[in-house]
Amino acid sequence: MGAFTMPSLGADMDAGTVTRWLVAPGDAVHRGDVVAVVDTEKSEIEVEVFEDGVVEELVVPEGVEVPVGTVLATIAAGRRDESGGGGTPAPETAAVPAPPPPTSAPPPPGPGVPGVTAGAAIGAGEGADRVHSPVVRRLAADLGVDLGSVAGTGPGGTVTRSDVEAAARLAPPATSAPPAPPAPASPPVPARAPVPVAPAPHAGPARARSSPYARRLAAGAGVHVGALVGSGPGGAVVAEDVIAALASGGAAPQAPASPAGPAAPPAGPAAPVAPAAPSTESTSREDRAARLRRAIGNLMSRSKREIPHYYLATTVDLSSARTWLDEVNASRPVTDRLVMGTLLLAAAARAVAAVPEVNGSYQDGVFTPSPSVHLGVAISLRTGGVLAPAIHDADTKSVDELMAALSDLVKRARGGVLRGTELADATLTVTNLGDLGVDEVQGVIFPPQVALVGYGRVSERPMVAGGQVVARTAVTVTLAADHRVSDGHRGGRYLAEIDRLLQRPEDL
Amino acid sequence: MNADDARTLLRTTLHQIAPEADLDDVGPDETLQEALDLDSIDVLNLVVGLHDATGVDIPERDYPQLTTVEGCVAYLVAATGGPATS
Repeated sequence: MGAFTMPSLGADMDAGTVTRWLVAPGDAVHRGDVVAVVDTEKSEIEVEVFEDGVVEELVVPEGVEVPVGTVLATIAAGRRDESGGGGTPAPETAAVPAPPPPTSAPPPPGPGVPGVTAGAAIGAGEGADRVHSPVVRRLAADLGVDLGSVAGTGPGGTVTRSDVEAAARLAPPATSAPPAPPAPASPPVPARAPVPVAPAPHAGPARARSSPYARRLAAGAGVHVGALVGSGPGGAVVAEDVIAALASGGAAPQAPASPAGPAAPPAGPAAPVAPAAPSTESTSREDRAARLRRAIGNLMSRSKREIPHYYLATTVDLSSARTWLDEVNASRPVTDRLVMGTLLLAAAARAVAAVPEVNGSYQDGVFTPSPSVHLGVAISLRTGGVLAPAIHDADTKSVDELMAALSDLVKRARGGVLRGTELADATLTVTNLGDLGVDEVQGVIFPPQVALVGYGRVSERPMVAGGQVVARTAVTVTLAADHRVSDGHRGGRYLAEIDRLLQRPEDL
Repeated sequence: MNADDARTLLRTTLHQIAPEADLDDVGPDETLQEALDLDSIDVLNLVVGLHDATGVDIPERDYPQLTTVEGCVAYLVAATGGPATS
């Protein structure tokens, strides 16, 4: 059995949220299939699976933010599927081991006893796989119960379904006053407060249960979870309910006791009804821009802190490239045309063969050159920020293939859906600011990469040819490279190779 | 295709390329590329989109006629044999 974990989609990512599962238990998957959409600080990313098999269980439900490395789903190697196969939601009752009569069981170990605190289903903890049934783990995840803090009454001290339900009743989400405590900024580590085991049904007030993510969403939007109708297991309020409430306009902070007045504070004379339901879409868009800005800031700070950059620049005559491009495009239908940027990318990728020190990653004091060139392309988003998804194996792609890949990448980056591998594995990045009219770029390397190629504006400029000053189409190419890996001499060689390649565009 | 059709087509095509871009933000004298922050890939995608919708094969040498909203509209109307108004 394999585990499908929250991937790291870049050096700066430490947590993500599955916003959509594209598979269900029982579905056959193949290496490379997109199985989930993950929301990160950067963007919504389609995440691929890396093995063949059958989805056994979706461990982490949609809407829950978990750290990188957390098991999101389990995948069985074969076709065989033990519980809940066939694509239907697992029949919960069937798979739960009946709790033994209280008397026959060994006294439940106290909370915190090793072996019982197997770690939460959410927040990682491999032990949980072996100790608790999938159904119990799923239930715990849905109800926001930390399995690690629940002592089990099942065989061998395992946590049973009724243990989880009891714990959920004992630790209801904050139902009084301010909705939920302010969300911690870091990945949600389930509360560790030990919850005493209550084998007998607890008679406490059965307030709405809710998932941690729903509570955080609600807290952020000023909505009281207790006032919402839950659609989750056992009536638990899940993220979708909060989002639905916001979207339906009944989003203004509601007092739990007065479900009557939908969002209309009677007082406040001129007060426009509290920016009641900020459309969740625009809110999340603003959030994303802010989070993306922070992620970029963190990554670039790390780059400037750790990487001893050196910078080189050269001006490349693009007259032959321009002529070649014009001829090619004149004979092609509009759908097959090329842009100069494609030739520039092709040259950057091909030139790696001459100077492999610019392509790879530097981690833990070691440079690992990459056998393939996955060329990151910096793409600015109009909402602010920049992403640098990779064109895989750019050095072996034809110019036409690169053009198609670039066009596709730009569309998807701006549309907000990229593949996980595209964001995670660039080995060298190119930034092209020429369209903005910038003459040249002094780049900042994306760690753990070791170089960044920058292209400025392609324009006519005075150059000397045959002893005369003539107007030529040209571009200034820069290289920012990591001095721990290469020196200016090698960097210069790399730029010279780009120049050489661009003089023979037909060979690219 | 009349001027209104052309304007609508331009709007929908731009929306696909740059969802955040709003044609109403572009002044009569401004170029689309600068006003909407389009790069060369966007411009190409715009031309491709217009081509797909109208069947007009827009040669590169005509791109300069497409830099403004009115230029685009006039070009599309003429290229599709629409009424020469607006």
